[in-house]
Amino acid sequence: MHETMVAHSILSTVSAHAAKMGAKPISAKISCGQLNPINDEVLNFAFEAAAKGTVCEGMKLEVVHIPLKATCKKCGSSFDFDIYSPTCTDCGSEEFEIGPDAPLLLEEIEFEDNRQDEGFTEQENSQQE
Amino acid sequence: MKVSLNKKILSKNEECALKNRTFFTENNTLCLNVISSPGSGKTTIISRTIRDLKDRVKIGVIEGDIKTDTDAQKIRETGAAAVQIETRGACHLTAQQVTSKLGAISAGELDVVFIENVGNLVCPSDFDLGEQGRVVVLSVPEGDDKPAKYPGTFAKADVLLINKIDLLDYVEFDMDKVINDAGKLNPDLKIFRVSAKTGTGMNDWYDWLVGRINS
Repeated sequence: MHETMVAHSILSTVSAHAAKMGAKPISAKISCGQLNPINDEVLNFAFEAAAKGTVCEGMKLEVVHIPLKATCKKCGSSFDFDIYSPTCTDCGSEEFEIGPDAPLLLEEIEFEDNRQDEGFTEQENSQQE
Repeated sequence: MKVSLNKKILSKNEECALKNRTFFTENNTLCLNVISSPGSGKTTIISRTIRDLKDRVKIGVIEGDIKTDTDAQKIRETGAAAVQIETRGACHLTAQQVTSKLGAISAGELDVVFIENVGNLVCPSDFDLGEQGRVVVLSVPEGDDKPAKYPGTFAKADVLLINKIDLLDYVEFDMDKVINDAGKLNPDLKIFRVSAKTGTGMNDWYDWLVGRINS
């Protein structure tokens, strides 16, 4: 995975949302699959460099790695696929079907709460897909 | 305050890839994204394919490299149209770069456009270029551990060309392991064992290619 390009893409989306909301972003949650995983450390390093001097400076990125599900063709059990030991975790069979890998998503951004009324939480679901 | 987005991070590239795919479909052009390590023989495979199918198939090539246009020059020696993208440091091509070069090879008038990606088994696999199929090249001297080490690239491919099989007697390479590992990741993967140098096995690859053009 090319972390630098991913970092720039996150930066531009988060910056646009920050400007729209007039709030400073603190952190963001990213999720990715198993076949082309993100390296958390490299992504945070690339993001730190890219975000310098912007509203996103100091933000932390959390990366959630979504397991790749496989279904055994012999015993039917569903298990987390591991490329380094590609066998069914229940019966040891090598015959299985791999499910779709999770896409690379920017799931959530957390902003500093500027409001006076403490405890107020707002969920805004963006229509942008 | 948390804002939930669930936005695809590389969505700009995907939008552009969709436009490219529509262009290829409307023009009845088969576009194949060719991915491999540096030095696996991508350019040699493409050049030989162009020469051997010259009378049957009109082929053009978009070449991707960090620096130099030597690959595009090699392709032009076959008589086919070729254009070079110099990525100036980037380790993969993007859909936007491909869009910008479609006119230079008159892509709409061709039967096949090969996009020869930057030599790299990691990053190119995450960037949809708008192709209709992916070809991964793995050459024998690279070793038999590549499908296990770079699962994303092999899982997303349509064809695996195992190249330089003329060197099998000289290097350690467990063919069954490669076929088994790649097949586990991708049961629909078509695998051809070839030598672009001697021509061995190339006819099976041509049959697949011509079949795909006509389908």
